[in-house]
Amino acid sequence: MELRGAAAVVTGASRGLGAALARRLVAAGARVALVARPSEELEQVVRGIRAAGGEAHAVAADVGDKRAPHAIAAAAAALVGPVELLVQAASTLGHVPLRPLLDTGCEALERALAVNLVGPFRLAKLLVTPMALRGRGLVVHVTSDAAVGAYSGWGAYGVSKAALDHLGRILGAELEGTGVRVVTVDPGEMDTVMHAEALPGADRAALLAPDVVAARIVRLVRDASAVPNGARVEAASWEGR
Amino acid sequence: MVPASWPREEPLDERLLLIDPRALTLRDARVRDLPGALAQGDLLVVNDAATVPASLEAVTARGEPVELRLAAHLGDERWRAVLFGAGDWHTRTEHRPLPPRLSAREALLVGPELVATLERVDPAQPRLVDLRFSRSGAALWGALYRHGHPVQYAHVARALELWHVQTPFAARPWAVEMPSAGRALTWSLFGALRARGVRLAWLTHAAGLSSTGDAALDAALPLPEHFDVPAATVRAIAEARLARRRVVAAGTTVVRALEGCARLHGGELVGGEGTTDLRIDRRFRPRVVDGLLTGLHELGSSHRELMHAFAPEPLLARAWAHAEQRGYQDHEFGDVCLVLPGLTPA
Repeated sequence: MELRGAAAVVTGASRGLGAALARRLVAAGARVALVARPSEELEQVVRGIRAAGGEAHAVAADVGDKRAPHAIAAAAAALVGPVELLVQAASTLGHVPLRPLLDTGCEALERALAVNLVGPFRLAKLLVTPMALRGRGLVVHVTSDAAVGAYSGWGAYGVSKAALDHLGRILGAELEGTGVRVVTVDPGEMDTVMHAEALPGADRAALLAPDVVAARIVRLVRDASAVPNGARVEAASWEGR
Repeated sequence: MVPASWPREEPLDERLLLIDPRALTLRDARVRDLPGALAQGDLLVVNDAATVPASLEAVTARGEPVELRLAAHLGDERWRAVLFGAGDWHTRTEHRPLPPRLSAREALLVGPELVATLERVDPAQPRLVDLRFSRSGAALWGALYRHGHPVQYAHVARALELWHVQTPFAARPWAVEMPSAGRALTWSLFGALRARGVRLAWLTHAAGLSSTGDAALDAALPLPEHFDVPAATVRAIAEARLARRRVVAAGTTVVRALEGCARLHGGELVGGEGTTDLRIDRRFRPRVVDGLLTGLHELGSSHRELMHAFAPEPLLARAWAHAEQRGYQDHEFGDVCLVLPGLTPA
């Protein structure tokens, strides 16, 4: 899709991949509503983008809260116009430190599903129908290899991401022929706060910088029409394209 | 007629009364039958305005409770609003106490982070005020959605949440009450309409308050409303006309936007934003719209007046009596009718 002037929403935008994606999308000419729970970090990311001459808005909301998607969708549409690009990068691990599924609290599983699955469903539901009415739009869901591999300790997170992958596939099937596309992207292992929380002992030198992955995903967004609707892809495939 | 007291689970099952003003006929159907009532090439135009949580509880500097009901966005942090006295939606608006007399520069406290300062009090209608909020941009939208509730109705069973008053395709938050004809237009129905060859187009119209319970103020409704008609919709309408297909408005707000827009430009539809104070009644000759999908509106309402521009009153009176006898429901969550010439083959 054409990013110059595009109205975009990025969730999980206060840090890590979400913040890097918001910066990259604005640099490519998009006008972006950055969504994250209220924090000084979110305000700082927005101030940084504005200082560089870009258009960004801090939409403080918790995507796991049932009422939040309406506030997010409305604020975004009011501030940047009818939304053409939705990037859902907000995630929670459920429990930190990670623990076996049988030691996972039901509430932690529910919270992981609320933030990683139900919140994204609500926001997609609100933004996709108006996109279809206009005959164009793109939804990008950020997933994880934990959605495919059954890793011990990653239960709540892996279950929610696997469901998110399938949500994308079914939405993609239903959106065929409407001009709206859904793509699920696995970013790979990144050097983020979330990764450090999950695997505190990891060798950071072996991890990707979020900005490197953000650049790949922005290329993917540009070429999204080449991706089958609802497909799950790896960001690494867009390196150097 | 009995008002619908709650949004129904399956909008496709809601009743659809087909009213043909040319053949002077009535026919009962369901919303799921809408595609069959339209023809290939017909154009259905919807209002994609999202409904704002326009009802805000506030207190004056003297501690008096008031309800601020947002009526129109004037730009940035400025809104036009109607003031209500103490109480809430459990009391019919006409029985609510009057708000205290307020004057310009008075402040209303909405929440710890949100103050509304009155800039102007309408000299003729002191409940109608222009105000400026203490926050702007994303912070203001966040505060409005934190503190506001959708406008409520005394005939509705429980308090409505925002999701009860959104159309499925709502985008920009411009409406202070739901453009309710769009409520039944679900994703499935869009698919069926497309399969039928019916074309869809959109515009955004800032649907205003339906009633304030104040006879003098209600007589002034609808207030001027802002609209945005995209160039693609102007083109789609021109194509439909050229092909002798019908242009159907999904709701009175779509009629007001299209006819108001055309009137601002000497009868010609021109893409872009504008504000219209057009009042449509039985003397009005529509230039753009051939028919409309709308709720069942009682005699004396501004919506019924608007319907007169599309069908003679004796037919509408007959339709109303028929609907009442058949158990149709009216108001925001009620059944709908389609007023369109050619529904019954000649």
